[in-house]
Amino acid sequence: MPRIIPTRTPMAEQPPAQRIHNFDEVPYGYTPEEAKAEAARCLLCKRPTCIDGCPVHINIVGFLELTAKGDFRGAINLIKESDALPAITGRVCPQETQCEQVCVMGRKYQPVAIGRVERFLADWEASRGDLSVPELAPPTGKTVAVVGAGPAGLTVAADLARLGHRVTVFEALHEAGGVLVYGIPEFRLPKAIVQREVNYVCNLGVSLIKDFVVGQTATLDELLEDYNAIFLGSGAGLPWFLDIPGENLSGVYSANEYLTRSNLMKAYRFPEYDTPIARGRRVITIGGGNVAMDACRTALRLGAEESMVVYRRSRDEMPARIEEIHHAEEEGIRFMYLTTPVAIHGDDQGQVKELECLRNELGEPDASGRRRPVAVEGSNFRVPADIVIMAIGQSPSPLIPRTTADLQTQRDGVVVIDEATGKTSMKGVFAGGDVATGGATVILAMGQGRTAAAAIHDYLKTGVW
Amino acid sequence: MYRIVEKQELAPGIKQMVVETPHVARRARPGQFVIVRLDAPGERIPLTIADHDTAQGTVTLVVQEVGKTTAQMGTLEVGDTIATVAGPLGHPTEIAAYGTVVCVGGGVGIAPVFPIARALQTAGNRVLSIIGARSRNLLFWEERMAAVSNELIVCTDDGSYGRPGLVTEPLRELLEARPGEIARIWAIGPAVMMKFVSRTTEPFGVPTTVSLNTVMIDGTGMCGGCRVVAGGGAQFVCVDGPEFSGWQVDWDLLLSRLQYYRPQEQEAFEQWQRGACRVEETTA
Repeated sequence: MPRIIPTRTPMAEQPPAQRIHNFDEVPYGYTPEEAKAEAARCLLCKRPTCIDGCPVHINIVGFLELTAKGDFRGAINLIKESDALPAITGRVCPQETQCEQVCVMGRKYQPVAIGRVERFLADWEASRGDLSVPELAPPTGKTVAVVGAGPAGLTVAADLARLGHRVTVFEALHEAGGVLVYGIPEFRLPKAIVQREVNYVCNLGVSLIKDFVVGQTATLDELLEDYNAIFLGSGAGLPWFLDIPGENLSGVYSANEYLTRSNLMKAYRFPEYDTPIARGRRVITIGGGNVAMDACRTALRLGAEESMVVYRRSRDEMPARIEEIHHAEEEGIRFMYLTTPVAIHGDDQGQVKELECLRNELGEPDASGRRRPVAVEGSNFRVPADIVIMAIGQSPSPLIPRTTADLQTQRDGVVVIDEATGKTSMKGVFAGGDVATGGATVILAMGQGRTAAAAIHDYLKTGVW
Repeated sequence: MYRIVEKQELAPGIKQMVVETPHVARRARPGQFVIVRLDAPGERIPLTIADHDTAQGTVTLVVQEVGKTTAQMGTLEVGDTIATVAGPLGHPTEIAAYGTVVCVGGGVGIAPVFPIARALQTAGNRVLSIIGARSRNLLFWEERMAAVSNELIVCTDDGSYGRPGLVTEPLRELLEARPGEIARIWAIGPAVMMKFVSRTTEPFGVPTTVSLNTVMIDGTGMCGGCRVVAGGGAQFVCVDGPEFSGWQVDWDLLLSRLQYYRPQEQEAFEQWQRGACRVEETTA
């Protein structure tokens, strides 16, 4: 019987007062001793629930056991059998609602910090030089086009390349990584790590074509003439707005734009980099997800004196990872819960001046099971602001559906797939990630990519649709 | 990386570049644009395609040096490369046989209106074109426009060449002189020009298409920075446009959004000019 260690090994972090002035990563990561100690907390359950809690079914118990013994190489190789991007998932997965939520330790004590150990192992491998490339299956002579170099597309590309297929990834932007490079900030996911993982996928023999906008540069049907199968992982790019007055004033950003300027285009280093970004004194972010947390924390680092979050429900309903909310609170973000924006007011230059809001009360549960916010009539109030960021969600870009007659989509342009295989309505075309969910997490996108890769492999082998 | 294979100065501060980009050239149609990023620290800017050659795999871009990126682009020479040329983006112009049409190009807008006029003429339309520039030395492609137009009117603001005055005057005269004859109008140029062209044509009820050039990052619908209000609601220029009915565009909002980064653009331009001057001094 292993000894029970009730609390998790803490991970050192950059102090809040310091980190709000830079874009460096917040947590420092475990030392080898800390990783071993944390891994040793695992009870090595005979029937591990954690593995079921993982969308890509990493052998968690297995890698924790190897880590506790100090076999880091064995542990990281075991992870990479199921997860091509461990340095990324170790950082951005919502472990508290997945593997760690169902960890048996968590019933009485704190769950094992699985994500932190995963992250350590990936970084440990990277610190020892190039990532080891597994043996590839002999070439099959089959070709696959992957549309979008985000988490779903990179996963599919890696899996299929290992199985011997020739994979070409088409990326619309000038860098691979998708949301990992344009959306998630440096302080949460350093871009050097994304680059490392992209290099790993390329080292498996995957070709990457950038600046290629499928739907415009070539249609999906054209790609289908040249490739035996296609995986569509083009993400959910089209940002939503609230449709309230004043939303098109200067200083109103979609979170996509704000974060893309800062992350992909490096506007936080303007004028060294050419892309500008408005540096507001008072910044309000609307929304309660991870993207909202990334935006409000970016605003602080760009010099905002006050960075606020307006969310229509209460803290308990916020969809963001607990760690992100916690970090945001530590950094001094002001949260205005139970608040609904109704209008944005501008000055005579057409620039944002105030956000007008209503207070809400929580009513009956809605379809999502969360209590519905109900506006209190006449409770209008105004908050001064010079930047307002909309982080309320997005839907897939229309570029591919509108140029692909046979591709069936739902309302909002979400591509319809068979959950078990990722098959779309078009023969030979599979999809996964945000283009098929409308917006979820990196790991769910990777999970769907993994499922689709297996189905694509079957299809290429048998030709049966 | 995309190689520049031809470069020509069309007018002071206006450069024509032919860039090797077979993917874009293969599918480019009149009215579409590309996103250009010069180098690793570069910003992404939209440039309307002025011409393309599918066989050669090239597109022609005409750039007016108004800020850091466009000025830096002007310093590139044949053989130099551009980091990103992505496209063709946006909806192409709806080319059909309309009858008699008018194509208006103002300033650097003459370049993108040229392929539209050419396609309209090829489609069997009678093309009346009006091109204008501030002054004679800024006028370019008069012969190219003449070659694809049944009639061509040239104006300069300062009267140094052609008709003195703005493009809206001859346009109004055409509409008055030939009632019911003109089926459609295209206008490309500075936002202010397109605004006044739209004001001029609206009383005559002749549908008027403008091509908007707004602040943009990805050009694929992802950022929403390019949004304009047209036809009552917000539209993304990159995926819903770049062409819109000029009557429906909220021009004042568009003009104020175009101003938003002016101080930073100025800062970047001045810093670059200082840097560029230093380089020239050291090489001299």
